[in-house]
Amino acid sequence: MKEFLNESGVFFAVLGAALAALVPGIASAKGVSKGGITAAGIITEDPSLFAKALILQLLPGTQGIYGLIIAFITFAQIGVLGGSSDISLVKGLLYLAACMPMTIVGYASAIRQANAAIASMGVLAKRPDQFGKSMIFPAMVETYAILALLISILAVSGISGINI
Amino acid sequence: MLNQKQVLYSDSDRFINAVARIRFKEMTLLGKSDIEQLMNCKSETECLKYLTDKGWGKDGDRTAEQILASEREKTWELLKELVKDISYFHTFLVANDYHNLKAAIKQVYKGYEIPNIYISNGTIDSGIIIRAVKEHDFSLLPEDMRDVAEEAYQLQLHTGDSQLCDIVLDKAALAKMYSLGKSTGNELIAHYAELKVAAADINIAIRSAKTGKDEAFLKRALCECDSLDINRLIQSTLEGIDSIYNYLLTTDYADAVPALMESSQAFERWFDNRIIEYIKPQKYNPFTFSPLAAYLLARENEIKTVRILLSGKRNDISDDIIRERLREMYV
Repeated sequence: MKEFLNESGVFFAVLGAALAALVPGIASAKGVSKGGITAAGIITEDPSLFAKALILQLLPGTQGIYGLIIAFITFAQIGVLGGSSDISLVKGLLYLAACMPMTIVGYASAIRQANAAIASMGVLAKRPDQFGKSMIFPAMVETYAILALLISILAVSGISGINI
Repeated sequence: MLNQKQVLYSDSDRFINAVARIRFKEMTLLGKSDIEQLMNCKSETECLKYLTDKGWGKDGDRTAEQILASEREKTWELLKELVKDISYFHTFLVANDYHNLKAAIKQVYKGYEIPNIYISNGTIDSGIIIRAVKEHDFSLLPEDMRDVAEEAYQLQLHTGDSQLCDIVLDKAALAKMYSLGKSTGNELIAHYAELKVAAADINIAIRSAKTGKDEAFLKRALCECDSLDINRLIQSTLEGIDSIYNYLLTTDYADAVPALMESSQAFERWFDNRIIEYIKPQKYNPFTFSPLAAYLLARENEIKTVRILLSGKRNDISDDIIRERLREMYV
């Protein structure tokens, strides 16, 4: 039994990494899609706004990348990409917990950032000269995705040093 | 529990592409400065030149009515392009069906063709309505329209009382528009329907008080809505105009009383301005169906304002009087 529990540690660690890649990735795909639909409306009326609309569209795409980074670091730490993957159950659960900030905040922030980006596209349509200002509003949402990314990186990197 | 259509109306992502395009169209709406420029024009011809320079009308349009009709047509073409399913706008179109029904009944009663009395934009093809009346076969019409069509038809043909026929159909149109508006679950459309019915009821009450109509007439003419107590309105109307004002002061329409005291045109302007004030926040809303509905109402308001202005210029009415009649603009 003890042996089984010790072996299941890697499962939870991989589960954490998978969720970190999956959940913010889904939200980013949804956010970029919404941004794209709105941007298409903008381009229909004024094709010269393509580059600016594209930047706004891509803003919610970063959460998916952050999730991918966390998944990579986790895989590297637990030895899935090479080396030993002998992880205790507690450590596996710790990795799972460490991935959660990016998983949850990544999802929520991507959806909300997409909404802010769509609102900013309305500004872009009416006042293209105010693009810089309009971009700041959705960019502010990024702060929380970055904070979650940092916490998840620190946590995932720190767990290997704990002797459990 | 929301029905399928209500879900679509309030789906925040469903109309984002259309709203993005509407943002551009909003920039072409006439603003206060355009109205000022039009006011500064010396004649209707000068106004029409200003409007055509702004892109109003179509090639070959010469008169004000042609230009305004083209603008309305353009609005519907755009909305049909943006929202493939035009039934989203049925709340705004259903009154046209009843107008066409009224026109068809009158035409059959008179016994000869009357040109240009039908409106093309309705929820039912005007040809079907004309056929239904001519053949006296109201089964061609939607179920909820059949009984009222029969009632109006019989009233017109047997009593010859056009006013009674109009009242029956006007009330039915309001009731249908009201139920459609409320059933959308969209706050803006529901509020528009509420205001529209309330304004119509207030108008009827004031006119009835002036002409001394009886209770039976009022019951037949007034349409139920949430913001007015119809029984109290009837009672007030029977007591006189001041009693109507006193009742309205206790409702959401207290600020309409000064306008009502001024004139029926002032009340109409108050109503239009209230709608515009209500829909203005939609200029900053990128989600749901509401910005599209707001654009339609803004365009209707714009066309109405230009019509008032052009008519004033055409009839050499003083600028001060024209200004009093102009509506608030959306942009």
